[in-house]
Amino acid sequence: MSPETETLLHTPLHGEHVALGARLVPFAGWEMPVQYAGIVEEHNAVRGAAGMFDVSHMGRFEVHGPDAGRFLRHVSTWDVTTLAPGGGHYAAACREDGGILDDVYVFRLEDERWLIVVNASNAPKMRDWMARHVAQFDARLVDRHHSTAMIAVQGPDALARLDAVIGADFVRSLKPRRCGETDWEGHTLFASRTGYTGEDGLELVIEDQGGPALWRALLEAGVTPCGLGARDTLRLEAALLLYGNDIDEETNPFEVGLDWVVTFDDGAEFLGRGALVRAKERDVTRRLVCLRALDRGIMRHGHAIRNDGADVGVVTSGGFSPTLGLSIGLGFVPPALGEVGCRLEVDVRGKALPVEVVPRPLYKRPKKN
Amino acid sequence: MVSPPELKYTKEHEWVRVEGDSGTIGITDYAQDQLGDIVFVELPAVGAEISAAQKLGEIESVKAVSELFAPVSGEVTEANDGLADSPESVNDDPYGDGWLIKVRLSDPAELDKLLSADEYEAFIEAEGD
Repeated sequence: MSPETETLLHTPLHGEHVALGARLVPFAGWEMPVQYAGIVEEHNAVRGAAGMFDVSHMGRFEVHGPDAGRFLRHVSTWDVTTLAPGGGHYAAACREDGGILDDVYVFRLEDERWLIVVNASNAPKMRDWMARHVAQFDARLVDRHHSTAMIAVQGPDALARLDAVIGADFVRSLKPRRCGETDWEGHTLFASRTGYTGEDGLELVIEDQGGPALWRALLEAGVTPCGLGARDTLRLEAALLLYGNDIDEETNPFEVGLDWVVTFDDGAEFLGRGALVRAKERDVTRRLVCLRALDRGIMRHGHAIRNDGADVGVVTSGGFSPTLGLSIGLGFVPPALGEVGCRLEVDVRGKALPVEVVPRPLYKRPKKN
Repeated sequence: MVSPPELKYTKEHEWVRVEGDSGTIGITDYAQDQLGDIVFVELPAVGAEISAAQKLGEIESVKAVSELFAPVSGEVTEANDGLADSPESVNDDPYGDGWLIKVRLSDPAELDKLLSADEYEAFIEAEGD
């Protein structure tokens, strides 16, 4: 499809967003809600109670067959074959040269049935990439992108609200990063104890016809609808990476703190292994760090980072933190300037904004007593 | 919110309230709604000269940064210092506490080129389509 004739895709929840008066914007080929009541209000609902996001635009592929796990290991940097049914893990998918094609979440539903969730912007690319490589395995790719809806429910009260809607026995059986399936109103419902906000909660996948009813049930249970605007401020505070901003095909996992999702011990010849082994042996030339503004002004994606007047790096994600009340960001700097406490400047359209390297993440949810 | 009839408007969504030779400048309710939560406003210093249709400062919402344009020319006599600590005033009360600057008008004839409240509302209605 050429850009001229391309029409925006609608998720199964599109009608719900329109009914709620959401402001809709194009995002990765989809028409998505950027906000309902306002970004700060939605952000605070997730930090203080419970919010939900339509994330149906994210790509979802099941992989079936005896070799499903080996295939997913082949396209992932982390050894997903160590997962038992009900397990899940974050990973990168890399090209042969080690560049990051996408960051993904892999779940094992059953022995021979798996789920991989990919970014909306990378879904067509990842579908092609996986289709090309699955041929050499006894496994089959099942595209579930358009036959399901996906809702992330996040916040300190998320599990309590979910208890009321989908049942406490099921909700409370899911430990962090684990997943399961149940029946909800006659529809298969997948849930995982994962998210992209720095808060506790579940991510739900339901057959598309069940999506609107589930959304409305959550709304009635007091969960605040939240748009992509709040999703971005929340993930930035939690220092969770955004593909296309913080990582792309020119990034390797070791520059951005993803060492923990690259495993070599099993000896698997996964895609990118050789390049990543070599990259790990080299010293990194740049490192992604968390930045906090020391004055008024907002750092944004693409702004230069300076030290003593010289360009030393770039802000990959920046914005305003509603929780901290000041601007925060992620950016690449040389390792020597990446220590916590290091003072740098960001060039905000010609004005120098003083910033400080701070521990990652910028926001960590309070531990429960 | 209805655009106050006593104000003059620009197609860049600023307003000016004229009292004698003084003009108070702000952004419209439509503009603040489009921008969303405003978190930072950069204004010219008192004493600075601004020119009609030229950039006078910047306004940042959580989402993005936007430029502010001067509806009229003149010398800045006052800037709304309260916005440093409460930029959300622009969202909450765009025609009142959320004003931006006051200027001494250097060319009152410029006011004739601005839109009336009715003309401005017709303009944003057309823009929304």
